[in-house]
Amino acid sequence: MGLATTAGATLKRTPLNAAHRKAGARMVEFGGWEMPVEYSGIIEEHVAVRTRAGLFDVSHMGEIEVRGPEALPLLQFVTSNDVARLKTGQAQYSALMYAQGSAVDDCLVHRLGEGHYLLCVNASNTDKDFDWITRHNARFGADVRNVSADYAQLALQGPLAATVLAKVIRCDLAAIKYYWFTWAECCGVEGLLARTGYTGEDGFEFYFPLAESERVWNALLEAGQPEGLIPAGLGARNTLRLEAAYPLYGHELDEETTLLEANLGWICKLEKGEFLGRDALRKQKSEGTRKKLVGFEMADRNIGRDGYPVLIDDEVCGCVTSGSVAPFLKKNIGLAYVPTGRAEPGREIQIEIRGRLAAARIVPLPFYRRNG
Amino acid sequence: MATYPPELLYTKEHEWIRVDESIGTIGITDHAQKELGDIVFVELPKPGDRVTAKETFGTVESVKAVSDVYSPVTGDVTAVNSKLQDNPELLNSDPHDTAWLIRVRLKDRRETESLMTADQYEKYIQEATH
Repeated sequence: MGLATTAGATLKRTPLNAAHRKAGARMVEFGGWEMPVEYSGIIEEHVAVRTRAGLFDVSHMGEIEVRGPEALPLLQFVTSNDVARLKTGQAQYSALMYAQGSAVDDCLVHRLGEGHYLLCVNASNTDKDFDWITRHNARFGADVRNVSADYAQLALQGPLAATVLAKVIRCDLAAIKYYWFTWAECCGVEGLLARTGYTGEDGFEFYFPLAESERVWNALLEAGQPEGLIPAGLGARNTLRLEAAYPLYGHELDEETTLLEANLGWICKLEKGEFLGRDALRKQKSEGTRKKLVGFEMADRNIGRDGYPVLIDDEVCGCVTSGSVAPFLKKNIGLAYVPTGRAEPGREIQIEIRGRLAAARIVPLPFYRRNG
Repeated sequence: MATYPPELLYTKEHEWIRVDESIGTIGITDHAQKELGDIVFVELPKPGDRVTAKETFGTVESVKAVSDVYSPVTGDVTAVNSKLQDNPELLNSDPHDTAWLIRVRLKDRRETESLMTADQYEKYIQEATH
């Protein structure tokens, strides 16, 4: 068997590293961090999140705080979405932009108060994002800080997430709407509780002081035992977001791909005023995109994985950006960029799997949408 | 603690073989399935195909990865486990018995002499993981 071995590089660790190992997690390298890829198994964890609840350690994610009277103008300039629409306590999905209309990173922007924002960014891009914002801050003069080292972050996701959380929280969860947040005491620890997530289920993300990691982690797992809450790793995090057709930077998003090509026109507020990439996006909106992100489903049980070539009419015209089993849908699915004129759902395509062609079909997105 | 059946012989690549006369039944070990995680797809040769000792004859796929499987012996495939098409997860639950991969008619029984016994294999994986 070609079993991979873990390299012993100097990887960053979250405070829960020992807890993960104790829980039997298989650890892998991700974005410079040693993270749990699975505990009881990717499929079991994935199904748990879809039917009950799962708890993810996402402390490797980055947090960037932006303050001051220039915070709003700065963020309006470097992101694609309209930051001015945010009320205090509200968050939005957005992208840090390059002038060519592509993303430096995708992110969440939270408005903590007037002139006070917190961005949540990808672990692998945290330094890059901070440098990018800082560089453009030269003409604004806002207070920009990389506060990632201060925060632990846990994601509690699933239809029973609110039931579990209600036992350990001092606030009215029903009052927190999707993509809103509040300051709350959870398991005795004060932090930012947001109704956001990357799984396609109802759920919460809790940002709190790093030193309290084990306390909150253990308290949540204990509180969730009757509901069947289990820890879930990055493996399930990936299969869950793929079923929901959420992009992953480095796969569906990169320097070369515009937000319009990635089906993210909805977070590009072209009328909000000048921002990095606006002109390129406007141009592309009127001229049309050359490639488009589509979803596909394999016809058989084989799996079209990341990087495998995509053929339409016997011609290689792209490659799989993310492809995997879909443990809840019980199909094999993936995302790929194909020429805009050949992107319609129902079209038969082929994926080259290690030298052989496998049948697949373009399907509408998302693959999975939760009820209610 | 996994017990490795004493009637099987084992490879350093975590395959096993059971030899009955001139037929070898080949599979992957419990250690291998643990390392792989949930197994979701298996690609195997067809009856009549030739497999060669130490060369790959197929793949076992987990959610995250595709892994080559190497044959302990040279020979012609006489049977392929069709159960694994629809139920690849059998490799996780019963890798040493129900979830055998292929059967081959051995070309040369002496190829099995260099393989490990169950005790040797257990020692081997203990040393490898420490």
